[in-house]
Amino acid sequence: MSMTITEKILAQHAGLDEVVPGQLITAKLDLVLGNDVTAPVGIKEFAKFGIENVFDPKKIALVPDHFAPNKDVLSAEQCKVMRDFARKQEIEHYFEVGRMGIEHCLLPEQGLTLPGDLIIGADSHTCTYGAVGAFATGVGSTDFAAGLATGEAWFRVPESMKFVFRGTKFQKWVGGKDLILYLIGKLGVDGARYRAMEFTGEGIAALSMDNRFTICNMAIEVGAKNGIIAPDDKTFAFLEGRARRSYPLVHSDPNAGYMDVQEFDVSEIPLQVAFPHSPENSKPVHEASGIKIDQVVIGSCTNGRLEDLRMAADVLRGKKVHPEIRLLVFPGTQTILRDAMREGIIDTLIEAGAAVSTPTCGPCLGGHMGILAKGERAVSTTNRNFVGRMGSVESEVYLTNPAVAAASAIKGQIAHPEEVS
Amino acid sequence: MGKAFKFGNDIDTDVIIPARYLNKSTPEHLAAHCMEDAGTSFAKQVKAGDIMVGGKNFGCGSSREHAPISIKACGIKVVIADSFARIFYRNSLNIGLPIMECPEAAAGISDGDEVTVDVATGTIENKTKNMKYQARSFPPFMQELIHAGGLIAYIEGRKKNA
Repeated sequence: MSMTITEKILAQHAGLDEVVPGQLITAKLDLVLGNDVTAPVGIKEFAKFGIENVFDPKKIALVPDHFAPNKDVLSAEQCKVMRDFARKQEIEHYFEVGRMGIEHCLLPEQGLTLPGDLIIGADSHTCTYGAVGAFATGVGSTDFAAGLATGEAWFRVPESMKFVFRGTKFQKWVGGKDLILYLIGKLGVDGARYRAMEFTGEGIAALSMDNRFTICNMAIEVGAKNGIIAPDDKTFAFLEGRARRSYPLVHSDPNAGYMDVQEFDVSEIPLQVAFPHSPENSKPVHEASGIKIDQVVIGSCTNGRLEDLRMAADVLRGKKVHPEIRLLVFPGTQTILRDAMREGIIDTLIEAGAAVSTPTCGPCLGGHMGILAKGERAVSTTNRNFVGRMGSVESEVYLTNPAVAAASAIKGQIAHPEEVS
Repeated sequence: MGKAFKFGNDIDTDVIIPARYLNKSTPEHLAAHCMEDAGTSFAKQVKAGDIMVGGKNFGCGSSREHAPISIKACGIKVVIADSFARIFYRNSLNIGLPIMECPEAAAGISDGDEVTVDVATGTIENKTKNMKYQARSFPPFMQELIHAGGLIAYIEGRKKNA
C-alpha cells in the first residue's frame, strides 16, 4: 500500500506493515525530550510508575533552556529537579548551561534527530525536527513521563496535507519564515489541526537546512501534529559528521494519499509580518511599514541559527540601531554563537548596538531577558504573538524574519530591508 | 449543576496560564492565575463544579500541561469547546480533565448559563435556555484512558492485566 513519509515512520515504529489515517497505534520512541519547564512536572509523574530507571538513558534529552540560566529562585529549583534527575538516571544527553542551547537548535546540531526517527518532546516546537525527515511532535509532561518509563507513546495516525512550493525565484530577503507565515495566513491557526504537513517542491529543495528548520518549527502554529520534509542531499550533507547512528531512507510513495494538496509559487510570496495577536495575521511587510516599535528580538528556536544571524548582520553592517530601540540577539546554541563570532557577525551586531545573549528561550515566551512593558511593541523573529506572550498583556508582538527585524531595529519602526540599504 | 464561563476562539495556553507563572507547577499556584490574561476575574469567581466553554481550537499553542492542570485545579468540571488543539486534547485526557467536543453547545451556551453535564454519556443540558446538546463520543481507546483517570493509571492498569 502507498504511504506518506509520516505514515511509513509511524508504521515502522509500531511494528506494522502499514497504517492508515485515523488508526490508533502504540509506537516505539527514538528520542524523548524535556526542558526545565515541562520536565519537572513529568519527573513528578514518572515517580508514580514506581520504577527505578528510565527506559533508556541514551534516548532521552534534557535541556535547561526556558528559564535558564536560572532567572529566579523558583526557576533555579526547577532546573535543579531536572539536573538531579539527569544525574541519577545517567541521562547521556543532558546539556548543562555553557553547553546547552535552545533545544530545537541544539538537538539537530548534535546529530540527535535523524531521518526516519520517531521523537516526542514536551515542547510544542518539537515539530522542528521534521526538517531532517523525522516524525517529531510536541506532547505534554505526562506523555513525556510515560515515554521516559516505557519508551513508547500512543498516536492517532494523522491525515497528511501536502504543500508544494513551486519555483526557486525567491524575492530578495525572503526565507523559510516568510513561507511559513504566508502559509499560516492562508490556512489559519487551526488549518492543519491534527494533520501531518508535508513540505515539498523545488522551492523547498532550494532552501538551506536552517530555513527548513524554521518552516517545520512553525507547523504547530497551524495546529499540525508534525511538519516534515523528505531528506535530500542537503539533509545528508548537514548530517555528515553529526549523525550518531545510521538512519533509514524514508520517502513518501508517489501514490500516497493526501487529504489536501496545495501549491504555491515562491516568487509570489513577499516578506511577511504577522500582526498581533496571532501568527495567522500575516501580511506583506509594506502593510506594516511605519509602525513604531520599542524592542526587536532576533533569535529563538525559530530563527536563532547561523544563517538567521548572518541575515541580520548583512542588514545591520555599518548601520546603527535606532536610539530608541533595544535590539536583543539570542543565538540558538554555543556553536552557533562561536561560528557567528568567527565570521564577524557578532562584532557587526554589537557594533550596531545590539545586546547579544547566551542561548535561552527567555524573551520569546515572556520568561526573562527582555520582557515588554505595558503599551510597548516588539518586532520578533520568534513564533508566537499571542496576548501577553512577551510580557504585559497590553504589549504587542509583530513576527518577521531576521532581515525585516534588523531593518526595523535601524529605523525604529517596521521596515523593509530595502528602506535601510 | 454549574455556571458556564465562556471564552472565544483560539484560546491559547499562554492565555490559560501565562509563562510568567511557570516557574512553579503546584496546582493551587496555577489555579490562582488561570485565565488571568483573558482579561477576566475568572480565577476569583469560579467555583467547584463550574464549566468552561470555548470556541474553536481551544488550548492552541504551547504544550504546557500546566494549562489543563490549572483549569482542573480551579474546580472546573468539564471544558466544552467547538474543537480542541491537539496537544491540549492529549494533555487533558492524560491528566483526567474531562473535555467535550460539541459545536452546538459551544455556540448555544452563554456566559453565566446554568449547565449540567453527564461526562459518561456526553449529554449537556443548558438549564437557563432549556436546551440539550450531545457531545461527540470519544474513540474506544480514549474512553478507556478517561475511564482509567489518565494515562499513567491507564498504563499501570494495562501492566496489571498483562
